[in-house]
Amino acid sequence: MTQGYTFLEDRVISDLAFEATGDTPAELFQAAGLALFEGMADTGRIQPRVRKEIRLKHAQIDQLLYDWLSELIYLKDAAGLLFREFSVQLDQNAEWNLIATVRGEPIDPKRHALRADAKAVTYHQFEVGQTETGGWKARVVVDI
Amino acid sequence: MQINKITDYIWEIPPSEKEGMLVPARIYASEKLMKEMDSGVIEQITNVACLPGIQKYALCMPDGHWGYGFPIGGVAAFSLQDGVISPGGIGFDINCGMRLIRTDLTAADVKPRLKDLLNVLFNKVPAGVGAKGFVKIERKEMAEVMTRGVNWCIKKGYGWAQDCDRIEGGGCLPGGDPSQVSSHAVERGIGQLGTLGSGNHYIEIQVASNENIYDEKLARALGIFGRDQVVVMVHCGSRGFGHQIATDYLRVFDSAMKKYGITVRDRQLGCAPFRSPEGQAYYSAMACAANMAFANRQVITHRIREAFSQVFNEDAERLGLETIYDVAHNVAKIETYEINGKPTELLVHRKGSTRSFGPGRTEVPTLYRDWGQPVIVGGSMETGSYLCIGTQKAETETFGSTMHGAGRTMSRTAARRMVRGNDLQRRMEEHGILVKAVSMSGLAEEAGTAYKNISEVVDTMDAVGVSKKVVQLKPIGNIKG
Repeated sequence: MTQGYTFLEDRVISDLAFEATGDTPAELFQAAGLALFEGMADTGRIQPRVRKEIRLKHAQIDQLLYDWLSELIYLKDAAGLLFREFSVQLDQNAEWNLIATVRGEPIDPKRHALRADAKAVTYHQFEVGQTETGGWKARVVVDI
Repeated sequence: MQINKITDYIWEIPPSEKEGMLVPARIYASEKLMKEMDSGVIEQITNVACLPGIQKYALCMPDGHWGYGFPIGGVAAFSLQDGVISPGGIGFDINCGMRLIRTDLTAADVKPRLKDLLNVLFNKVPAGVGAKGFVKIERKEMAEVMTRGVNWCIKKGYGWAQDCDRIEGGGCLPGGDPSQVSSHAVERGIGQLGTLGSGNHYIEIQVASNENIYDEKLARALGIFGRDQVVVMVHCGSRGFGHQIATDYLRVFDSAMKKYGITVRDRQLGCAPFRSPEGQAYYSAMACAANMAFANRQVITHRIREAFSQVFNEDAERLGLETIYDVAHNVAKIETYEINGKPTELLVHRKGSTRSFGPGRTEVPTLYRDWGQPVIVGGSMETGSYLCIGTQKAETETFGSTMHGAGRTMSRTAARRMVRGNDLQRRMEEHGILVKAVSMSGLAEEAGTAYKNISEVVDTMDAVGVSKKVVQLKPIGNIKG
């Protein structure tokens, strides 16, 4: 299993659904971040000019993924940024600790081929877990 | 699951059909709409019927389709004492709603300048991912938006004093408490006043023709004279501000449910007792978002007036751009209904459903109190919309609720597979409807084929007597996010 994502077609009537994978939880989070922004724009056209650091922690890895994606949606609106590079460090002690650096640039409707505006991450069919081969997988439905 | 036909338009699933159902679930639909109703509606509305403190029925309107937690079109009323409040019964876009603005112009006046008008509107009302509005405010003023809604707009000159008399609840839901709103929500929403959003949100230029008026007296009372009169419909909500509040409290309720011993069949139905600290905090934050949404539609109305004034070189007052009404179709409100013969305050959740009070109800503004609450029903970009009116029957049958739109039948992906945005734009132009969209793929997702037949939806509630048709409105121009 390698880092990546697939959009799930017809999973839900009105929204954006994807499955993300990675060899490690950090890769999974990176893939999910990229899938989220690919749903909103053509990430190939986003230049990694602006850098933001994100720090989050939670005892449950699924809630941490919910918080991670929610934080990215928040930055999209609050800072007006779209991201294409996600560098995630994840450690598990008493709880999961995430330190990430994300890179992108201010939203430009002329260059970014904008798609749907993500409103929120949902708990609908939301799943995070390890696969039989030891990789990591998540299913996410985003309200748009 | 056993579904009993109660009348030609009412279908009931008894509590025996699912463990934990406290009341029956009722779906309002014609035979055809019921046959085509997606199975998610049945599953979700029966889940709603299991929520603590629910009264009488869990209801789904004829435009119902699968949603998160509640189906879209879902209505449920809860006891204030032992009932719950659930963000899943309101939606992420808190106080998503519709506003209808009349004009004294006719299609013949507008069509020659329609392209210009759409261009000006497109620039004045930003839409799509990351759009920022022209209103620049500080946090202190944002707090005033959260508590005062449209009253703040009028004070700032973004509207006319009489607008407040033509909005559900006067454009302000009491109980907003900014201290219950996260800084993330404020930072997401502070630059978004006056923006449309994306998805199915739009500004539409529509025409009211004589042959589409069902009740002339009512139409006149609402400011519609027919004769190809032009009206403007706005569909949008509380933008990132409301989305963040829903995200924040869904997370809070996800853990609060353990504390209160509540289990739900779907994590998206996360809830807390209305009287609990968490429930009260969410209600206060939701009211803030509802007020931001009312303010957003008001600021957009101000920009629409500016656009018409610029294009037609005339004051908006002289062009007759009065608000007809503004409705919230994603919200929870405290309203009084007769339960066991006694007037009782209940918390009514409407998610993709419009309030439909009849004549005499004190919540209906005095201007319309003799007639009932105007009900604005937005259709797809291709098919048209309706202005209806509420009835007293709605108050006894559906907790004063009716449909809010056409209702999707097709996923966005399926719509994109079937329709290309450019082709749709051309086809609509051939049918006399000009469209300007930020995203062509987003446009394809909103094709008329992706929706139910709105006339069938509206006719269902008209036949039941819950809302009555006043006029059908046909689109000629559309701005989409």
